[in-house]
Amino acid sequence: MQNRLPTTYRIASVKKETADVQTFTFEVSLGARPGQFGMIWLPGVDEVPMSIAYDDGKQLKITFFAVGDMTKELAKKKEGDLVGLRGPFGTNYEWKKGQKLALLAGGYGAAPMYFTAHEAIKDNCDVHVFVGARSKDHLLYIDELGSLKGVTLHVATDDGSEGYKGYNVNQLSEMIEGGESFDEFLACGPEMMLKAVSGISSDKKIPSQLSLERYMKCGYGLCGNCVVDPLGIRLCIDGPVINNDICVQITDFGKYHRDDVGRKHEF
Amino acid sequence: MNLSQKILNVEFSNPTVLASGIWGITASSWKRVVENGAGGITTKSLWIREHKGHPNPTVIANEHWTLNAVGLPDAGPQKAREEIGEYLKDKPAPLIANIVAGKVEDFVAIAEIICGLGPDFLEVNISCPNVEDECGKPFACSAPDAKKVTEEVKKVSGDVPIFIKLSPNVDDIGAIAVACAEAGADGFTAVNTFGPGMAIDLKSRQPILANKVGGLSGPGLKPIAVRCIHDVYKATGGKLPIIGTGGVHTGEDALEMMIAGASLVGIGTSIGERGQDVFKKVCDEMNEWCETEGVSEISELIGSMSE
Repeated sequence: MQNRLPTTYRIASVKKETADVQTFTFEVSLGARPGQFGMIWLPGVDEVPMSIAYDDGKQLKITFFAVGDMTKELAKKKEGDLVGLRGPFGTNYEWKKGQKLALLAGGYGAAPMYFTAHEAIKDNCDVHVFVGARSKDHLLYIDELGSLKGVTLHVATDDGSEGYKGYNVNQLSEMIEGGESFDEFLACGPEMMLKAVSGISSDKKIPSQLSLERYMKCGYGLCGNCVVDPLGIRLCIDGPVINNDICVQITDFGKYHRDDVGRKHEF
Repeated sequence: MNLSQKILNVEFSNPTVLASGIWGITASSWKRVVENGAGGITTKSLWIREHKGHPNPTVIANEHWTLNAVGLPDAGPQKAREEIGEYLKDKPAPLIANIVAGKVEDFVAIAEIICGLGPDFLEVNISCPNVEDECGKPFACSAPDAKKVTEEVKKVSGDVPIFIKLSPNVDDIGAIAVACAEAGADGFTAVNTFGPGMAIDLKSRQPILANKVGGLSGPGLKPIAVRCIHDVYKATGGKLPIIGTGGVHTGEDALEMMIAGASLVGIGTSIGERGQDVFKKVCDEMNEWCETEGVSEISELIGSMSE
């Protein structure tokens, strides 16, 4: 059951992932599936949508990058402090039993992709995860992903400080050119990375599911802030995870997003 | 069974309209709502200049109610021109443009711009309960204030009919409606959200809405909305059309509002429970009821309550 009223819970533990990224664990479940998001409320500050990094029915994790006003404040919170949660909202990644999946994770997209890999291997999927980051110091969830049986990990950094030098999408692309095949791509990361995945997906006729991020207020389809042109679909309901065949019809995709007053901003 | 009707010379294919404040930011979302069965759409409130809404949390709900303090965010007239222009290119259903301001002169300024774009109706929001910090007590809470706004907007609205959006949070909504009617209102939207209300998180002991208070909506408030519609209809002698809003969830709710005096019925909060096709569902339910009851024209129902 989706919870639409924020309730505060105490942070059970804090893990520092990189210089700017942390993971908070809570002893509560929203019943989230991989790819779904929650609205994370910091009382007195703001509430923002975040991908759920993990939810096993008992524990819930969020992994966030201290980049905006809210997340910078959130990053100061310690074990025992209160954070409000509601959700889960939106669509989740889907797969069929035994599929060969390529998971593409850019930046903090590695968190929901870890959750996805964790669940997909339970369905005997052959999971390849392509984690990309600017450099070695920004890589996330590498140890966790590496420890999952049935997951093949591919690491790419822009500067070559770890693994493949370049974008993870290029690494995937080269593997496909080399004869590797996949049933489906699942991707979470910066919109330009998603745009590249969408391109390969269309070219190679391999279906893909992409997680699109837009400004959100209510999280469940009322406020209209996350509507994309020209389809008029709400990304909190029909997204954030959407199929590439829908994605390519969205004129906003890879071009612009709307702010809190609905004005367009180019990427 | 005919759900269509002509209201002030505007043809509506059915009585359901998207209420202001829900979706409503872009032309593509208005079109989507019409594809889902709405007979008309209302824009989010338009301001004379960019207006920031409130910080999140802005919309919260449980099984009994929805509380919102979105705070009427809008990018200003340039965006309104683009989006309304885009929608009117092939206008799949009538467009009701909703305007808001904190001062009478700003109402006049935005009314003039928006009426120039050619909406079917202008809805004048003088009743939002969650911008009191910056705008003061809503104009809809005082008959002289409501009358003044109506009079001034009417001077610049040309041939666009103006609907005054009323507040349920008053002692005598009928008296406010009469004051607006005397000033030239062509119709009413009854009603805006209730309250304001407040919700507190127990552990942090903080009000959940960043604005602390917000307008209350949802099916539990429908009986108050129905009474308000009845009061307005009766006070104005049933001469002016009313867009009934407040807690409409089902076809039966919509029919009840029409019997109380509404010509059109606004739907908002229930999109959250029944989905985007709530408009289609409500129309199907109205149709079914009318066929069973032998009602052939939906307009027969308006203000038909027996006393």
